[in-house]
Amino acid sequence: MFELPSGAEIQAIIASLNASVGYFLPEIYLSVLFMLLIVIDLMAKGRKNNLLSITALAGLAGSFLFIVPQHSMQAGEFFFGMYVLDEFALFFKYFFVVSGMLTVIITMADEQFDSEVRSMGEYYALVVAMVIGMIMMASSSDLLMIFLSMELVSFSAYILTGYFKRNLQSSEAALKYLVYGAVSSGLMVYGFSLIYGMTAQTNLIRISAELAAHGYDPLVMILATLLIIAGFGYKIGAVPFHFWSPDVYEGAPTPITALLSVASKAAGFALLVRFYFVSVPHGLQPYEDIVGIDWHSLLIVIAAASMIYGNVVALWQKNVKRLLAYSSIAHAGYILLGIIVMDKLGTQATLFYLLAYFLMNFGAFYVVILIANKTGSENLDDYRGLGKTMPLAGAALTVFLISLVGLPPTAGFIGKLMIFAAMLNKGSLYIVLALIGILTSVISLYYYMLIPLNMFLRESPQSGEKSMELTMPAKLIMVVLMAVTIYFGLYFAPLSDFAKYSSALYGMTMH
Amino acid sequence: MLSLIVFLPIIAGLIILAVPSSQKQVIRVVSLVAALVQIVLAIVIWQGYDPSLAGIVAAPGGSPAGSFQFIERVPWISIDLGSFGKLNIEYFLGVDGISISMVILTALISAIGVLSSWPIQKQVKGYFILYNLLASAMMGCFVALDFFLFYVFWEIMLLPMYFLIGMWGGPNREYAAIKFFLYTLFGSVFMLLVMIGLYFSVIDPVTHNHTFSLVAMASQENYIKNAILGPDNVFWRYVAFIVLFVGFAIKVPMFPFHTWLPDAHVEAPTPISVILAGVLLKLGTYGMMRINFPLFPEVFQASLFVIGVFGAINIIYGAFCALAQQDLKKMVAYSSISHMGYVLLGLAAANSEGMLGALYQMFNHGTITAMLFLLVGVIYDRAHTRQIDKFGGLASYMPVYVGIVTVAWFASLGLPGLSGFISEAFVFVGAFSSVTTRNIAIVSVLGIVFGAAYLLWSLQRMFLGTRKPDAAYDLEVGSDGHEHIHFHDWKGKLDLDGRELAMLVPLTVIIIILGIYPMPVIGLLTTSINKLVTVLSPVVLTSMN
Repeated sequence: MFELPSGAEIQAIIASLNASVGYFLPEIYLSVLFMLLIVIDLMAKGRKNNLLSITALAGLAGSFLFIVPQHSMQAGEFFFGMYVLDEFALFFKYFFVVSGMLTVIITMADEQFDSEVRSMGEYYALVVAMVIGMIMMASSSDLLMIFLSMELVSFSAYILTGYFKRNLQSSEAALKYLVYGAVSSGLMVYGFSLIYGMTAQTNLIRISAELAAHGYDPLVMILATLLIIAGFGYKIGAVPFHFWSPDVYEGAPTPITALLSVASKAAGFALLVRFYFVSVPHGLQPYEDIVGIDWHSLLIVIAAASMIYGNVVALWQKNVKRLLAYSSIAHAGYILLGIIVMDKLGTQATLFYLLAYFLMNFGAFYVVILIANKTGSENLDDYRGLGKTMPLAGAALTVFLISLVGLPPTAGFIGKLMIFAAMLNKGSLYIVLALIGILTSVISLYYYMLIPLNMFLRESPQSGEKSMELTMPAKLIMVVLMAVTIYFGLYFAPLSDFAKYSSALYGMTMH
Repeated sequence: MLSLIVFLPIIAGLIILAVPSSQKQVIRVVSLVAALVQIVLAIVIWQGYDPSLAGIVAAPGGSPAGSFQFIERVPWISIDLGSFGKLNIEYFLGVDGISISMVILTALISAIGVLSSWPIQKQVKGYFILYNLLASAMMGCFVALDFFLFYVFWEIMLLPMYFLIGMWGGPNREYAAIKFFLYTLFGSVFMLLVMIGLYFSVIDPVTHNHTFSLVAMASQENYIKNAILGPDNVFWRYVAFIVLFVGFAIKVPMFPFHTWLPDAHVEAPTPISVILAGVLLKLGTYGMMRINFPLFPEVFQASLFVIGVFGAINIIYGAFCALAQQDLKKMVAYSSISHMGYVLLGLAAANSEGMLGALYQMFNHGTITAMLFLLVGVIYDRAHTRQIDKFGGLASYMPVYVGIVTVAWFASLGLPGLSGFISEAFVFVGAFSSVTTRNIAIVSVLGIVFGAAYLLWSLQRMFLGTRKPDAAYDLEVGSDGHEHIHFHDWKGKLDLDGRELAMLVPLTVIIIILGIYPMPVIGLLTTSINKLVTVLSPVVLTSMN
């Protein structure tokens, strides 16, 4: 049936693969790190957790050596169009590597691991695997590659969520995550197959060209994009694909919650932006179709629903991790606003918001871990009076929370400012959506402030006023995160320039 | 100079951060020194201020120099947005006639607030750090001429205020603190959208870039015709005016957005009530004069009647509510709402007399209401109650206190010879001479009558007459044969002590001097007020198009 390729063709393929490997060094390096961590786990004797965490941390940091030179490389696709290198992908490479490093750092601070698990080898290896997967998600330019990288992230995440084997909540969370993940990736693949059926292409850029050249059946198109939104929506935790997130965030080890809520979500957004902007940017071109909707208006509905649902339901939460889970649903809505605008300013705002969200959410979860170490609880009621015993942690958490609300002088405020600026730049088109965003952020103030309220305004029921000293490194990390959050709220030009530089997508047809 | 006066309290706050929390006296003294230096700086600025320069809009040619004074303008953030040009945010400070009196007021009230905070014993370090942050943000709001900078200062005020009410307040403080926070945030988030909309609609005449400069925004010729808030977009300009107005009206607070204020006042500790009534409320009306009205003058002209009506409702409704209060502090809170109504009425008159009265009333309201709250605090410290009917006959036993109370009470009801009279008179002169607000003014005069009623009635019940049987203090016959009163667990001096006098006497002196000779303040304001009236006048608007 198939003709065997000639010798010259094989030579060409090999040459092309060889050339592509040069673009793939960070991923290869991280894969080596992944294996190295497993080997260390097997070989080293005695107490090796410190060795493992230092190796993971240093190893992740080492990947910068391979990522930084990529700036000088020409943006383009390789591995036969499976994979791209552009400024957008580079942005997420940094984002995910630093997320991985922060996860390792806050894992080291979390004392729950000491009592729950004996060996951390697989844990760190899986964190690295997840980082690789997320980097590949942000760089994939082919439907097959998208699916593979998403599954790599998901499988690592399932195991990490259930890493506290003897903890019932953790196991329950892992199972829920798995079931929801399986269903939504199934739907997504079905959507991919419809796209492939229409275009006979799997490469995003060629799909776009095919669709533009030959047109498409609107009904199939809306079905396909709807199904694909289900897959991406699950990753970003937007309404109505959010049902897994409160349980998973509550049950998972807290560092993994932080990683899921920031990095995994960001990977979903990277994919969403690349898929919709590069592959089917036709949502903005008006066309007649039977149902009268397109993916663009679907995203608008999803964004509005996420902001409203996440912020309103969070009002009733009594567990801080659950509260932050609902808040992260709401933030998925805010970030979607930047994507909906569909121009460079919007993309820049989205990337900026992701950076701000990264700082404030990691910061918040870090403080939650430190508090859980001392009190053994993540319930709002047990935060009473903590402002007195842990003033620095209280102050830091307050800063992260007001940043999540979007109040100056914090990075979160600038993120909201840029998102709304991108929307208003389009005239009165998105004003209603902007109003929903603004009003729900007022609602969010109430539940975020419940945490400082309990910490500072209420007295602890225990009369013993013992001061809970944090270790020096913990204090240092907290102060650095807090200072950076405020610094980028007052002087955000470097961050915003970086976001602008990174908003270039390879193969994007719109300006 | 302005940077120094703005950031001095924050510097003091940083010093306090380094002081161990057991050194309470050091913390207090550092705050006091910062506040006193702030007053000195305010006086230097006042002396150096040239009242012949108008402010409000840029000087001819588009440059704010030559119109504003003590200008400090450096680029703060400049981001290249590719095809959208550059995002320029400036660190832009300056004063004109509208802000100069508020700068002096803020410095004065901040210092008095520090003195008033002296007895606070709980978590002194945290208290003064937050207090200094608040003081900086307030001052920053009054001198910021870049909308973005203004917004940052505006929002920074919220958090310290929340904690100051929530941690050092009364029994129901959690509710009051979050109510304050939610109300003001609700007002200000819309301001954020309007701010962005204005940014895209305004071009700086000098740099030809979009700008957040309030000076550029105040000139209608700098607007892009078809931009979202440009002159062609009448609908969105109305919407923007209304949401900005609501945002500032919440701070004033204007009926029906006033309900947070009595709660906040009742729960807040005395110094915070003083700051709240003395400075924070002024930010609402200042924001109207600086941002809301000059940026949307044609909408302002169209809404004069409505603003006037709301002013009258504030005056009369506030007075009625004050009349019904049993809690002295709540009565003062409602009287504060009532008196802010005069400011709104003066603004609605839209002529020089009315506007001048409004601005002068802001200053006088700041000093008088601060005094009222301090006096409430003095009696609450001693008796641990503020119920009006738990007192009686105090005049015989605390003559100095009651003497100052009388001055403050009469200043508040507008007795000629005290400063409140002059500003209220100006407001009424202005409101009568404007056709739109004449009838409103006639109705509002009733407010003065009711104001006199609740003030005199409370004066009579608490301080005159004799001790009531269930009063909050006992009568004792001392060894000298005279009658004394004794508060149950009050160890200090019965009448005002030195610290209390240091807070109250300067305010009393200011109220009396400015009642007899108002020129030191009014002289600063007139040029700017005249300019503001011209900017807002319909004549200019027709010539613009």
